[in-house]
Amino acid sequence: MPLIQADGISIEFPLYHVGARSLKKRLLARSPIRLKEDESHRIVVAALRDLTFRIEPGERVALVGSNGAGKTTLLRTLAGIYEPVAGRLEVNGTIGSLIDPGAGMDTEATGRENIILRGLFLGMSESECERLAEEAGRFSGLGEFLDVPIRTYSAGMAVRLSFAAATLMEPQILLMDEWFLAGDADFIERASERLSQLVEGADILVLATHNMSIVRQWCTRAIKLSGGRIVADGPVAEIVEA
Amino acid sequence: MRSPTLPLASPRYVRDAADPRHVERAIDDMRGGLARWRLAMALARLDIRNRYRGSVIGPFWLTVSTAVMVAGIGLLYSTLFRLPLTEYLPYLTVSLLVWNTLNQIINDAGNSLIASEGVIRQVPLPYTVHVLRFVIRNVIVAAHSLPLIAVVFLICGVVPGWGALMALPGLALLFINAFAGGLFLGMICARFRDIQQIVASVMQLAFFMTPVIWKPELLREWQVLLPLNPFFALMETVRGPLVEGGASWLIWLAALVYTAAACAVAFVFFVRFRARIAFWV
Repeated sequence: MPLIQADGISIEFPLYHVGARSLKKRLLARSPIRLKEDESHRIVVAALRDLTFRIEPGERVALVGSNGAGKTTLLRTLAGIYEPVAGRLEVNGTIGSLIDPGAGMDTEATGRENIILRGLFLGMSESECERLAEEAGRFSGLGEFLDVPIRTYSAGMAVRLSFAAATLMEPQILLMDEWFLAGDADFIERASERLSQLVEGADILVLATHNMSIVRQWCTRAIKLSGGRIVADGPVAEIVEA
Repeated sequence: MRSPTLPLASPRYVRDAADPRHVERAIDDMRGGLARWRLAMALARLDIRNRYRGSVIGPFWLTVSTAVMVAGIGLLYSTLFRLPLTEYLPYLTVSLLVWNTLNQIINDAGNSLIASEGVIRQVPLPYTVHVLRFVIRNVIVAAHSLPLIAVVFLICGVVPGWGALMALPGLALLFINAFAGGLFLGMICARFRDIQQIVASVMQLAFFMTPVIWKPELLREWQVLLPLNPFFALMETVRGPLVEGGASWLIWLAALVYTAAACAVAFVFFVRFRARIAFWV
């Protein structure tokens, strides 16, 4: 049964390649909010602080909050990229992440090669990948450009390819960042059908967005983040209108 | 639409900071990474293609530059060392090729994870995949040099016997070390960006300290100390069988010990710091 259970998870980003020593001095002068010093005297950014929540199957969760609130970090943590430094995270179900449009894309390779690569990232066999490339090529409407290196693509074409490649799977848990809602209007129209298919097919949706009309349209629950903490959690109507 | 045969992340996972199970997760990572060798291979092929994009002969440039070096150094040093050219040339060719491969591997090892930064931060994959990608990339580059050995052997009339097949386990050892090195140096260099420069200067020194262009016999009574040089031991397990009718058991033992040590250190580091890699790159 798909499920996400988080008990007090925290994520800290160490600041390695900045002048930590002089930064430390400056920090001591002020009272820092999200920058702090950990046990081994490194300066870290507390990206997520002590998050506890449970997402049941069938829930459509919107992560809302201002820039830098920790929405994307939380998505990446749920996807299994960052490991929490504290707390316990349990994720049950196949995960599809639509977090970054260019994830794992090689700009020198052709569109077709990139889709095959994406399939391989997902653990598919080569023949399955070839089939996917055909399917994605049709959907993205790239036509003959499918066999041209993607560095020559226009921004719109790149988004179309990324979208087609990213929506090839049918996950139980769908993690999505709001970049999907950017792009030319013509494509959004075609994409929205595919997206709603994907959203309806998934048992759990976690969507990070600023767009409140999307939240109202798709989501049943909203978690509001601020400064890496959960400040509100409840039905969309309650959180968004407040 | 269909569900993937090997799911992106395992369908169920638990991350508990209070109970990290480092060893188990590291072994899972390796198993998962090796199972995805197809992906590593595809990525390695792309790396090679991107590196030599637009070049007509691509990785064969390395072969050409080695050939030029072999011809130049061969003529000069066979005179300096008073060795017949037909004896010195095959030795030098194999030496230089093995050394170039070794040098390339070690200098590239620090990049094994940094180069995959984009993927590491976006797609949850076993880290072993990225290291495997680096190893395969170097195997492909090394394979381009094989014709040069054949050409030089033909010119100098060297006929390697069946014993030359012992170079294969030697090569296997070399690439096992490459894997361990890629894992270890990959992590260290991702965390401390200065290490890569240090490695490069150490390798420069090592080139002169290791019998690459000179023969071990020139050291006379100090020869016994040579197996202490890991580069020599690893190189000799490939070079010995090809041009000197085999390597001594001491060399093999030394090479095995160094390999085991490299693997052990790499594994310990991987177990301890695997979870931090995503924050380092």
